[in-house]
Amino acid sequence: MSDHTEPQDKIVVQDLYKIFGNQPKKALALLGQGEEKDAIFEKTGMTVGVQGASFTVKEGEIFVVMGLSGSGKSTLVRMLNRLIEATSGRVLLDGEDVTTMDDDALRRMRRSKMSMVFQSFALMPHLTVVENVALGLEFEGIAKEERINRSLEALEQVGLSAWGESYPSELSGGMQQRVGLARSLAVNPDVLLMDEAFSALDPLIRTEMQDELLRLQEEHKRTVVFISHDLDEAMRIGDRIAIMEGGRVIQVGTPEEILQNPENEYVRAFFRGVDPTQILTAGDIVRNTQVTLIRHPAHGPRAALSRLVNQDRDYGYVLDARKRFVGVVSTDSLKEVIDLPKDERDITDAFLEGAESVNASESMQEILPLITANPWPVPVVNDESRYLGVVSRNMFLKSLQRPDISPSDATDGR
Amino acid sequence: MSLDFFKFEDRIIPMDDWIQSFVDWLVLNYRDQFQMLKWPVDITLNGFDGLLNWLHPLVVILLFCVLAWRVSSWRLSLFSGLTLLLIGMLGLWEETMTTLAMVLCSVVFCGLVGIPLGIVSGRSDGFERFLRPFLDAMQTTPAFVYLVPVVMLFSIGTVAGVLATIVFAMPPIIRLTSLGIRQVQPELVEAAVAFGATPWQVLRRVQLPLARTTILAGLNQTIMMSLSMVVIAALIGAGGLGLPVFQGLNTLDIGLAAIGGVAIVLMAMVLDRITQAMGDTDVPNN
Repeated sequence: MSDHTEPQDKIVVQDLYKIFGNQPKKALALLGQGEEKDAIFEKTGMTVGVQGASFTVKEGEIFVVMGLSGSGKSTLVRMLNRLIEATSGRVLLDGEDVTTMDDDALRRMRRSKMSMVFQSFALMPHLTVVENVALGLEFEGIAKEERINRSLEALEQVGLSAWGESYPSELSGGMQQRVGLARSLAVNPDVLLMDEAFSALDPLIRTEMQDELLRLQEEHKRTVVFISHDLDEAMRIGDRIAIMEGGRVIQVGTPEEILQNPENEYVRAFFRGVDPTQILTAGDIVRNTQVTLIRHPAHGPRAALSRLVNQDRDYGYVLDARKRFVGVVSTDSLKEVIDLPKDERDITDAFLEGAESVNASESMQEILPLITANPWPVPVVNDESRYLGVVSRNMFLKSLQRPDISPSDATDGR
Repeated sequence: MSLDFFKFEDRIIPMDDWIQSFVDWLVLNYRDQFQMLKWPVDITLNGFDGLLNWLHPLVVILLFCVLAWRVSSWRLSLFSGLTLLLIGMLGLWEETMTTLAMVLCSVVFCGLVGIPLGIVSGRSDGFERFLRPFLDAMQTTPAFVYLVPVVMLFSIGTVAGVLATIVFAMPPIIRLTSLGIRQVQPELVEAAVAFGATPWQVLRRVQLPLARTTILAGLNQTIMMSLSMVVIAALIGAGGLGLPVFQGLNTLDIGLAAIGGVAIVLMAMVLDRITQAMGDTDVPNN
């Protein structure tokens, strides 16, 4: 998400198929002839799990695969570490083909490069918390002392270092999943696969775990493939989202891209209940339509006023020489300053009180108070305080009313 | 073909003759090989028998008390001690030790053969289907049916009796080991595989520990079935607690038969309680 060097491709999925049944080749051929999933099931009894999935996961991003149950997302994630063998297609991890690895190479990859967090936690009930966390290291053949130390470190990261000697059944659901998370962190993987990892938790704990994951990402950027059926979750944590339906990946993009430009009716329906003010940021809806005034000794209030009047505007946005935002003036405030004696005239005296700028990354939700507090459009700046444009009330309201939703739809739900 | 055929007055398939000649052929050609099978059983049995009868009864009683106390409580410890004391006072100590040795010996072999078979059967549907009819046959064929071939192949005596017991008592440990492996939640196995476990690591670290309680229940069943075979084994010259029962029946000595029976029941109760407690002492399990 940063604008430094373009991140590397971590996982590349190419034309991946999974057919469940005894003659997958036959079903593949039928798919090739354009048959639908349901028709194939009726004819052959075989189930198409995933069809033609292709996408790229970039290094260090949280990539959410979202879809309803039965859309093939759990199958898809299991093909990444080959808990399920693909029928055809390729999965490249750092350019290496996972689908053709021999057993040894596959185990090495699972032990140290790609670890997994499960919806059901899947903790071993007969092992203590620390033994559970050490499981991957144990399979790797790491000496006991070292693996216990590394496991305790991992437990520390999720805030459970005091619970090492407990058994999983003595922990709450949220704590158990922290153990699951620690278990996958202990092997220090490049890639974390999270299969509905927080879906079994109640909403409050779920949000807490999402924050935990985001915090862990701050400390150590890993590539995360996160499976979810919960759109709010996907929006909250996903850098990019892939939407699946009936085994197909329909759309891949950032939450904003998908929200503003849904590929089809299915995706649109998904997003119908979404509150755009939490997803869209000031930067998404900013428009550079206002009059800007560069502060300069030669340009006094009078010149500013005449520009506003000529452009038929009520407000002007004053920037310094480096285009940094300094203040907002109005025709009225300028007129007041012009009435003052000439040597006291300065454009800064015309600045409107309370005219603050907002950062482009702030959500619509966050800028709403400013929009409503003042009559003028709110100026938007980037991280270097450079002026980008404004968000007006009109623009704000317009972005709430998305073009794809008819008024009847808009009345239900929220 | 007339309808009279269906009165089945004549034997159409002379299966009895076939089996007779098959067993005759086995005995004639392979008796030596079968005798060799006896050898490990013989050694193990004599080892146990010698040890248990060599030990001072008080030591044996104490060992049982300690074992019962370790796996359960002082209650079971007291019960075991008093029961063995009672058996001793009934004058059946030596027979009881021989029976115990036979049971231990058959359990050892049932475990050695049965647990691996159970593991394979727990991991392979095909093998389980293949094994099932054999297990059914082993469990339901009346012991009297195979006592004669056992005698012909292994001759009479305690070892032959133990061999018959092993055949009879093995199915539960196989079935319950298989069941135990199958009952392990697939998610746990999947998680282990996802963390790079080899099949052996999955078995040793996940499946076997989680199947432990069920396997121990199978062991308990195997012990009980071994005990129930001792009277029948006495028919082919095996010693132990079956002997007074068998002799008592032959001479209409109800008293002798009864105390033999009582001792078997008491022994069964002690072994049952102790092995069940072994299964119950468990780590917290979801």
